[in-house]
Amino acid sequence: MTTQSTTTTASTPRLVPYDDAVRRYDPVLGIEVHVELGTRTKMFCAAEVSFGADPNTQTTPVSLGLPGALPVVNGTAVEYAIRIGLALNCQIAESCRFARKNYFYPDVPKNFQTSQYDEPIAFDGWLDVELEDGTVHRVEIERAHMEEDAGKNTHVGGSAGRIHGAEYSLVDYNRAGIPLVEIVTRPIEGAGERAPEVARAYVQALRDIFRVLDVSEARMERGNVRADVNLSLRPTPESPLGTRTETKNVNSFRSVERAVRYEVSRQAAILDAGQTVIQETRHFHEEDGSTSPGRVKSDAEDYRYFPEPDLVPVAPSREWVEEIRATLPELPQARRRRLHDEWGFADAEMRDVVNAGALDLIESTVAAGATAAAARKWWMGELARRAKQDEVELAELAITPGQIGELQQLVDAGRINDKIARQVLDGVLAGEGDPEQVVVARGLEIVSDDGPLLAAIDEALAAQPDIVAKVRAGNQGPVGAIIGAVMKTTRGQADAKRVRELVLERIGG
Amino acid sequence: MTDLTRLSAARLAETLAAGEASSVEATRAHLDRIAAVEGDVHAFLHVSSEDALATAADVDARRAAGEELHPLAGVPIAVKDVVVTQGMPSTAGSKILEGWIPPYDATLVEKIRAAGLPILGKTNMDEFAMGSSTEHSAYGNSHNPWDLERTPGGSGGGSAAAVAAFEAPLAIGTDTGGSIRQPGAVTGTVGVKPTYGGVSRYGLIAMASSLDQAGPVTRTVLDSALLHELIGGHDPRDSTSIPEPLPALVAAARQGALGDLSGLRVGVVTQLQGDGYQPGVLARFQESLELLTTAGAEVVEVSCPSFESALAAYYLIMPAEASSNLAKFDGMRFGLRVEPEDGPITAERVMAATRGAGFGDEVKRRVILGTYALSAGYYDAYYGSAQKVRTLIQRDFAAAFGQADVLVSPTAPTTAFRLGEKLDDPLAMYLNDVATIPANLAGVPGISVPNGLSDDGLPVGFQILAPAKADDRLYRVGAALEAALESTWGGPLLDRAPELG
Amino acid sequence: MSTISRDEVARVAALARIDLREDEVDRLAGELDVIVDSIARVNEVATPDVPATSHPLPMTNVFREDVPVPALPVADVLAAAPDAQDGRFAVPQILGEE
Repeated sequence: MTTQSTTTTASTPRLVPYDDAVRRYDPVLGIEVHVELGTRTKMFCAAEVSFGADPNTQTTPVSLGLPGALPVVNGTAVEYAIRIGLALNCQIAESCRFARKNYFYPDVPKNFQTSQYDEPIAFDGWLDVELEDGTVHRVEIERAHMEEDAGKNTHVGGSAGRIHGAEYSLVDYNRAGIPLVEIVTRPIEGAGERAPEVARAYVQALRDIFRVLDVSEARMERGNVRADVNLSLRPTPESPLGTRTETKNVNSFRSVERAVRYEVSRQAAILDAGQTVIQETRHFHEEDGSTSPGRVKSDAEDYRYFPEPDLVPVAPSREWVEEIRATLPELPQARRRRLHDEWGFADAEMRDVVNAGALDLIESTVAAGATAAAARKWWMGELARRAKQDEVELAELAITPGQIGELQQLVDAGRINDKIARQVLDGVLAGEGDPEQVVVARGLEIVSDDGPLLAAIDEALAAQPDIVAKVRAGNQGPVGAIIGAVMKTTRGQADAKRVRELVLERIGG
Repeated sequence: MTDLTRLSAARLAETLAAGEASSVEATRAHLDRIAAVEGDVHAFLHVSSEDALATAADVDARRAAGEELHPLAGVPIAVKDVVVTQGMPSTAGSKILEGWIPPYDATLVEKIRAAGLPILGKTNMDEFAMGSSTEHSAYGNSHNPWDLERTPGGSGGGSAAAVAAFEAPLAIGTDTGGSIRQPGAVTGTVGVKPTYGGVSRYGLIAMASSLDQAGPVTRTVLDSALLHELIGGHDPRDSTSIPEPLPALVAAARQGALGDLSGLRVGVVTQLQGDGYQPGVLARFQESLELLTTAGAEVVEVSCPSFESALAAYYLIMPAEASSNLAKFDGMRFGLRVEPEDGPITAERVMAATRGAGFGDEVKRRVILGTYALSAGYYDAYYGSAQKVRTLIQRDFAAAFGQADVLVSPTAPTTAFRLGEKLDDPLAMYLNDVATIPANLAGVPGISVPNGLSDDGLPVGFQILAPAKADDRLYRVGAALEAALESTWGGPLLDRAPELG
Repeated sequence: MSTISRDEVARVAALARIDLREDEVDRLAGELDVIVDSIARVNEVATPDVPATSHPLPMTNVFREDVPVPALPVADVLAAAPDAQDGRFAVPQILGEE
């Protein structure tokens, strides 16, 4: 006798255009984010964790779930979980226990996941999320709890199968037991038509926080951060909550936004047709931004949780919690506010900087000696243009904030001008070295020694005696022609202002 | 020459240390004894002759080289098959683990190996330690050396029978509800369940994590103390391991053997005697109380009313935890894999087929009972309530230990029952553990000391319980009782066991 | 009070991932009924004011340093596998897998 499994086949009516859907329905979000902590070892055993290791080379009897093995909590993982909780303005539990979540699945070696159930380490928090136009939406956090990751299945299909020619799976337990913190929001209401943006901005804000806290590499593309997006619709913000769906494992910011949009359109169509939304988990499809029903398991909800008897309660002392709170780094939003003040950018300028991902770059450039305005000018101007042209992120350009700082110092010192600075950029981007090296190697320095300049001027004056005569007669108009000739001779490296002074001096002399 | 298999572990250790015999000789003597009586007793699932002799030879060489050795170095030992041993089969008495060779050692096995005790083999047990008779072993039951038609108790009947039959001077058992003490009682051997957390559980194939505890199975109280000190102590790989050092157990046993218990208060638990206890069991119990009084102890009566609910709470907590602990046996990573007879071959169906074929009746019964007790809608009524009973039992113990230094009772209500007698009546089988279970629920230590023969000529055990972390009291009182009994008998009880073979 | 029907046994067996034969379901239904009746008494003594005890000894905060130990060699990891391929455990197809 085995569990019956069925696939939901209820046909979905056509999608309702998004704008139409949100005019008539109020979306309510709920987001669960899993973050893999960047500890050196696993949650419950000392198997090393590193990305890209060969299959099953990072296991111990514990993470393989071998008979007799016992878990021991990684203290650093607990500290990281508390850091996350504090950064999300949560309460930290005085005492909390791990529980066993029992379900059979080949990537779960013990056939139960050690997790926290009704006693999360952190609870009752919030996070203010800033949208691109500066609107702030407060997301309430219900809980953040510790748990362990599962292994990885690779499906091997078709007739090539070795198990009686059938389809089969290959399991790698390197990921099994990696510490996770799961952050669960309360229902996010009031986002209205901007629900997809709020969802995206929330996940992005969490990612930024994980990085600043240094609790995870938080690389979306490696699955360090994974989001499950719950969405329901209701006729009006005053109506009771509708039936929600949970779209699992949405693993990029853009996908989070698309998944919400799709579910809004899909659920609106179902409700329009007078049908009811089925409460289910759904899969997101990267290719077309759609979602489809996951497996419906009859015993899916009966996890038979009970307190993990192999572990003792975690009871972080208040002293420890305060110690951790005191050493929290400045969080992204606070930092943005501080830099905004320090730099004196206009609101719109600041938003553009943030949206372009130039905040860190400008901060480092300022640290390297440039003014905030100059740093912004480079990164949001010339460099943004080049990044766009090459279709890369600003940070991916082959130039560092230190180099931009150095470049700006060369300009400020009058050793090069803005126009030449662009040539220096070319050189740096081409890998010719630091700005100073490029200037020297390419011979771009502004000629400030008057000797060679005077020679060039005398040559130009001798070549155009008619102009000299006109100037002497009091008509300074044509002097530009002389200056132009000098600049041409010196390949633009002369300071035009100085050339003019010297030319007038020479003629007048 | 003396029969090395008849010596206590302490005496054998002295013999080896004095150079009167080598460890290889002692090990070979036990292997020979195993070969001679295993056909009758079936205490072992696996005999590791080569491994044992290699260890023995190594110890002899080190001794010859003048190396300082552990006091028990060279003394052979048998290990219950529920304890994982690297490179040696570890089946826990189950078909689902047939042929599994663990890639690591349990902490207590590491300690045994480091101390140079040759491991004779792995002993028989009820499957996953679920049972009180070894009749639930997937590899056939063991026999009681006192009467081969009877069970040696369980689940650790193999370890107890091996020690009682002189196949090993020392053995490791595990006790979740009485699996060390009850077999000790019915085979005339000593068995100790240490304080929960006193001996590392790392490497014990878990039945019920909050109840399981490994401990010594021996013929004398002093031998248990020696073995307990070897395997006990803090283990950072077991989160529930007690960080403080063990009390001085061997010293307590030696002191107790001097026979003076003056100032000691002995509490007789009202709820652990009377109905359901054999008259012979109760008679021996009273005689032992008199011996303790003679030794200077004061006997008081204590009441632990919640003990009446202990069995019920135990049969909820144990199966619930077991249902989860045994989930890993699914045919995916190790052990048996069975495909369903018809229908598609999916992971889900192979798991179910493997578990259906690989688990025996008692395991299925308990896993299903435990799954039921934890399933949606039943948790509070069953598992949650049982955990509350546990609190009440702890409170009863706390109150009783306010009135007495140790608590005592018969270890088991009856002597060894006949093979097959209770196999079809699980509830009757469960009743065997009625006196031993409270200690597991509260985490306190207990010892069973053989205290005579019942009217049927079969051995009876006397249980002593002490507060958590006061295991030394078990040894002091146990050794005093043992000394007093042996002086009335004129020798060890096991001298009266029938000759085998 | 009889609570455990054959259907209930079948449901729980599915949850516990154990194939049972029909005769096993029959027998277990009867046995579990008796057992559950006799252990249901925990309800009577477990009054709401009594706290639950999940761990026999009161301990907290047992943590491990975040320092790696050598992993099990892959050969040992896979030695007991009923089936393996390319350094991984081979298992029958998993329903509902993408």
